[in-house]
Amino acid sequence: MNPKTKKNLAFFLFILPALFAFVNVVLIPFIMGIVYSLTDWDGFAFQGSNFIGLTNYIEAIGDSRFLDAFLFSFKYAIFMVILVNVIGFAFALMVTAKVRGRNVLRSIYLMPNLIGGLILGFIWKFIFSRMLVQVGMVTGLESIFFNWLDEPTSALAALIIVGVWQQAGYVMIIYIAGIQAISSDMMEAAGIDGANSRQQLFKITIPLMIPSFTINLFVTMSNAMKQYDTNVSLTNGGPGRRTEMVAMNIYNSAFRYRDSAEAQAKAILFFLVIMVITLGQVALTRRKEVQL
Amino acid sequence: MTATNRQVKHKSKINQSNKGLTILGWLFSLAIIGPIYIMVINSFKSREQIFTDQLGLPEVWSFQYYQEAAQKMNYFNSLKNSLVVVGISVIFIVIVASMAAWAIARRGTKGANLLYFMFISTILIPFQSVMLPLVQYFTNWRIPSIGFNMVGTHYGLIFFNIGFGLTLSVFLYTGAVKNVPVSMEESARIDGAGTFQTFWRIVFPNLGPITVTVGILNVISYWNDYLLPSLVLTQNPNLRTIPLSTFYFFGEFNIQWNLALAGLVMTIIPVILVYIVAQRWIISGIMAGAVKG
Repeated sequence: MNPKTKKNLAFFLFILPALFAFVNVVLIPFIMGIVYSLTDWDGFAFQGSNFIGLTNYIEAIGDSRFLDAFLFSFKYAIFMVILVNVIGFAFALMVTAKVRGRNVLRSIYLMPNLIGGLILGFIWKFIFSRMLVQVGMVTGLESIFFNWLDEPTSALAALIIVGVWQQAGYVMIIYIAGIQAISSDMMEAAGIDGANSRQQLFKITIPLMIPSFTINLFVTMSNAMKQYDTNVSLTNGGPGRRTEMVAMNIYNSAFRYRDSAEAQAKAILFFLVIMVITLGQVALTRRKEVQL
Repeated sequence: MTATNRQVKHKSKINQSNKGLTILGWLFSLAIIGPIYIMVINSFKSREQIFTDQLGLPEVWSFQYYQEAAQKMNYFNSLKNSLVVVGISVIFIVIVASMAAWAIARRGTKGANLLYFMFISTILIPFQSVMLPLVQYFTNWRIPSIGFNMVGTHYGLIFFNIGFGLTLSVFLYTGAVKNVPVSMEESARIDGAGTFQTFWRIVFPNLGPITVTVGILNVISYWNDYLLPSLVLTQNPNLRTIPLSTFYFFGEFNIQWNLALAGLVMTIIPVILVYIVAQRWIISGIMAGAVKG
């Protein structure tokens, strides 16, 4: 065997296992999904399915529940992106400042992130559906303390609280990395020039941390739009289907209402929307990045 | 004189902790720990107490709900299942992703770059977009005569885990491989080492830190994964992983809160234990993974 063939063979052997898993688990199902969404596939064998063009897409767009789910996911995502980042950034400033026990605090803030969204939703379900009711009974403030999961607006608030509680620690870690990357010389120089700590924060720290914001906005937006686990365990879409997010709507279309082809069309639309939002957002924040 | 004074003052200010921020920080930590505390204390309470008093300590500390929950959710079996699936998936993803990343990074041809782009670009695909065809496609991967099935088995789930974990893992490894000097590999080759030897003896040991990151990030996501296992392990309750058995258990017993909470406490105990032991690596792993991602 000549050396070049040998080299090619080695390359091929090294990449083969990954390629095999990737092509079969991600690529083929993704392409199948696009094809299936254009047919009347019944969720079982594909043989015998007929090509029906964009019918599933038209039905999906005409499904007001699906549009409601998108609207609900958008609302959730906007609150999540803002609150998770504001609180996560505050956490990061706190644990990089002169705070006693800051390493312990950092570990505590991150902890909820390691527990899965499904389990977290169940934990909080007890708080929102049992504890708040009890607090309302004891204090007499039943207009504030009631079962938050019974009412769509308060259920949205509950989902946001759980989401923030889970993810603020994660974005904090990324902000910490960003803060630590800012050279202390620059801060000292600003201090000597008479910049107070607020000026240092807004004129130096935040502008230099735009790359961290780019990452975190991407992560929180994409996580919020894809949210499923906490949605299942905390509200399961209820009351009614008023807190159903997109991922759950797709799942229910497929498994509760047994409309696999339409569910697949919804899933492709879901992919396109996520792609447009996240790429657009990254492009937007990238433009704000400064080099010093 | 004034200058030194100011310097001294400046220095003492640096060493002093900020009281207001410290108090605020610890108040926030109470908000984080609060729900965990509520879950733990209520898991010990009797039915009567849990209805009237959720914040106080239990009147009697009894582990009876733990025993009952462990039995009803088949806890130790699910724990074993989770450990097996997550452990084997992570070992494989480390091997497979590091090899592929090395080949891609060292090759540097247009074809290799295209492969790399293919691995990375799928980060935007939500799981919902592939889940239905995935299950349908792999239902056909079976050989009944030898009992081989990709759907409904742990090895099937492990294979899917590897496939879905590749995007992030290949990305992180490719970045790290570029920092391993090629000269080391060349001298190994001159000494007569083959490609496999070069990789495992020279390259892989130099990827240590990123292997920790890849391992941790994948362990977290595999351990907590609910939707994928729920789709591919539906048939046999004995195969359920921790999130799955928690889901079914909770669905059955969510009126008996003490029992349900005892089950939840048990499901997060392994996570908290690992976190306490390995938090330094976990934090730096997430940091390294996030910054590069």
